[in-house]
Amino acid sequence: MTTAELTQNYFELFNFPVSFDLDLTELSNRYRKLQHTVHPDKFANASDLERRLSMQRSTLINEAYQTLKSPLQRARYLLQLNGVDLSRDTSTSMDSEFLMQQMRLREELEQVRSSSDPESKLLVLTKEIEQAIADQILVLSRLFNESDDSNLEQIADYVRRMQFMMKLQQETEELEEELL
Amino acid sequence: MALIQISEPGKSTAPHQHRLAAGIDLGTTNSLVATVRSGVPVTLQDERGEYILPSVVHYQEGGNSIVGDTAKMTATQDPLNTISSVKRFMGRGIDDIKASSGDIQYNFVDTESSVPRIKTVAGNVSAIEVSSEILKRLKNRAEKSLGGELTGVVITVPAYFDDAQRQATKDAAKLAGLNVLRLLNEPTAAAVAYGLDKKAEGVHVIYDLGGGTFDVSILRLNRGVFEVMSTSGNSALGGDDFDRVIAKWIKQQAGITDNSDQSLVRQLIQKACDAKEALTDSENVTIDLPDVNGKPWQGNLSRETLHSLVDPLIQKTILPCKRALRDAGISTDEIEDVVMVGGSTRVPRVREKVAEFFRTEPLVDIDPEQVVSIGAAIQADILAGNKPEDEMLLLDVIPLSLGIETMGGLAEKIIHRNTTIPVARAQEFTTFKDGQTAMSVHVVQGERELVSDCRSLAKFDLHGIPPMVAGAARILVTFQVDADGLLSVSAKEQTTGVESSIQVKPSYGLSDSEIGNMLRDSMSYAEADVAARNLREQQVEAERVILALQAALDADGSRLLSEDEQKHLQDLLQELQTSMHGDDHTAIKRAIDELNQASTEFAARRMNDSIRSAMAGHKVDDF
Repeated sequence: MTTAELTQNYFELFNFPVSFDLDLTELSNRYRKLQHTVHPDKFANASDLERRLSMQRSTLINEAYQTLKSPLQRARYLLQLNGVDLSRDTSTSMDSEFLMQQMRLREELEQVRSSSDPESKLLVLTKEIEQAIADQILVLSRLFNESDDSNLEQIADYVRRMQFMMKLQQETEELEEELL
Repeated sequence: MALIQISEPGKSTAPHQHRLAAGIDLGTTNSLVATVRSGVPVTLQDERGEYILPSVVHYQEGGNSIVGDTAKMTATQDPLNTISSVKRFMGRGIDDIKASSGDIQYNFVDTESSVPRIKTVAGNVSAIEVSSEILKRLKNRAEKSLGGELTGVVITVPAYFDDAQRQATKDAAKLAGLNVLRLLNEPTAAAVAYGLDKKAEGVHVIYDLGGGTFDVSILRLNRGVFEVMSTSGNSALGGDDFDRVIAKWIKQQAGITDNSDQSLVRQLIQKACDAKEALTDSENVTIDLPDVNGKPWQGNLSRETLHSLVDPLIQKTILPCKRALRDAGISTDEIEDVVMVGGSTRVPRVREKVAEFFRTEPLVDIDPEQVVSIGAAIQADILAGNKPEDEMLLLDVIPLSLGIETMGGLAEKIIHRNTTIPVARAQEFTTFKDGQTAMSVHVVQGERELVSDCRSLAKFDLHGIPPMVAGAARILVTFQVDADGLLSVSAKEQTTGVESSIQVKPSYGLSDSEIGNMLRDSMSYAEADVAARNLREQQVEAERVILALQAALDADGSRLLSEDEQKHLQDLLQELQTSMHGDDHTAIKRAIDELNQASTEFAARRMNDSIRSAMAGHKVDDF
């Protein structure tokens, strides 16, 4: 061992195979175990140096955990490991069927506020979005499993769709908060 | 969850030297200090057997100050020199204070600093200094009671405190000469006090209504790990507000129109507080005022009227509860129990409304006024290193989103609320003019879209950007929030690797030099004291570094280091040993820095090694 840098990717850090399918219960077990090892509370009496290192490692483990926990972020991270960085993505091409669905859902979201029973209307919408996201996760899982690097573009396409959906979900949550 | 069950007599006395540590609940109305003694957490009493110290400081002519009950009694006679509920002012600018302090007015003085100062006969004081007086008193109490100097303390803060309020609390501790092991969120502290019974698993709600702040936290307990799922609240809502609406009602009933008499204001608030407490047990209470427009006045307050007065305030606590539930992604039927914390949860109406909302009878097994300090004491004991085998781990979150100002006065969120801390996020910036070498970054905290609706935390100036064409420079600014929930910022120009220097101008905080001045000014630090203190501090740190490194070398030196590397560290260790016994604190500091620098690689390897071995038991294809 010659370097102090952690060179492992997030999957390796948790000793998981690099894969989209992940046992979330096991992930959180291992997360807690790792935080037990490095959390700043375990170094409250250590030197400044060790305290700083512990904060950095603990931060990294939090970041890795959050990334792996979320299907969208996990997918983006997997793409990144394969050299596709969606954070610099400028592509906006979407198939028209998907765009139509987006427009319809957005229109419905707009109408929630003015509806006579906004809460139940929002609930119906939330359910539909949840279902759509669940479907996308299944598709992504299938695509990643058959991945031989040739379908990365196709995967990226689905991840972009998922981003749209998650954005929409976030907006429903904001509206829900507004209605509280 | 069951009552606290702590003592495991065989294990309570550690073989190594027991470090004195304490937990401090620095409250709006009352403050407490607690410690773990022979394995049992206890709140410490003063010489009169009182464990509650009213958070009131009375400043006297000549510079003296008194704290607590005696100070509280002077509030009516000398309102302008008696500072109470100072926690409301912590980390706040003058405008916030004016908006939230209601009828109680102090004389604020104009000052260069962003920290407002109150004029008293003993001089102008900031909220930080007032708080440090309270902390000094508690420190004294603890040291007297424990028979030695405290190695460290855990101070609790409302979970909903923003960065400026947390920093102010830490500054107050520094001023009081306390070593802060951790700032701990009050609801989390309460959960620790309750959760010691390790069988308590599942989701728990902590409803914490104190004198001046309201917090709600939702935690998941799993084998000793306290994971905060979400937190919400209102850092300017508490039992004080109950007193105020009652006082206002009395005023109306008695036909008092004069708002300028500060002594009367305080008297009314005291009457209101007494009436509120009396109505806990009885249906009606009589209120007597000796002198209203020259004659005595008597009125009657019924429990029903009290309810109509406080219900809107209690309702204001329900909204954050809903938000916290939503952020945690759970519904009320998944909740194991609701724990009541804070003196204001003694009001039966509060309990009633909380039970109604969560559809479960809230827990009040531990005295709601002591529970936070008890939790803090338990955490302090562990952090001080008195329970090395303890399984407990607290994973807390940042309560409010952190963002930066973008074009058009909009706030762009960089770290979202309820993200587990410590956390870091990097954001890339670029220049918009050719040859631009500096830029300003404005950091804000809050959930709203407009910068003007968020709390301004700090303005940073990035200097030393290499001149390039517009848009070519790529400055990576990293926002790091540590385990205390405190923010720090660093910046680096990406294309050239130049570290940009950052000048931090906290919007509502003390600069380092202001703290330095305060430390010097404070009477307990004469110049000779400062020198002796510096030396002592460096010696303690040197000792800590030596012990830690020697232990690390013994354990892993031969495994993780080459012989040359080991020898190099041993040599530096020797040098530090030597300089440590001298009286030059700068020389000791230099030796410490050098040793730290040299052992960074070793420390990093050890930590990575521990990460790997923690995961070693799990096969890659474990599932």
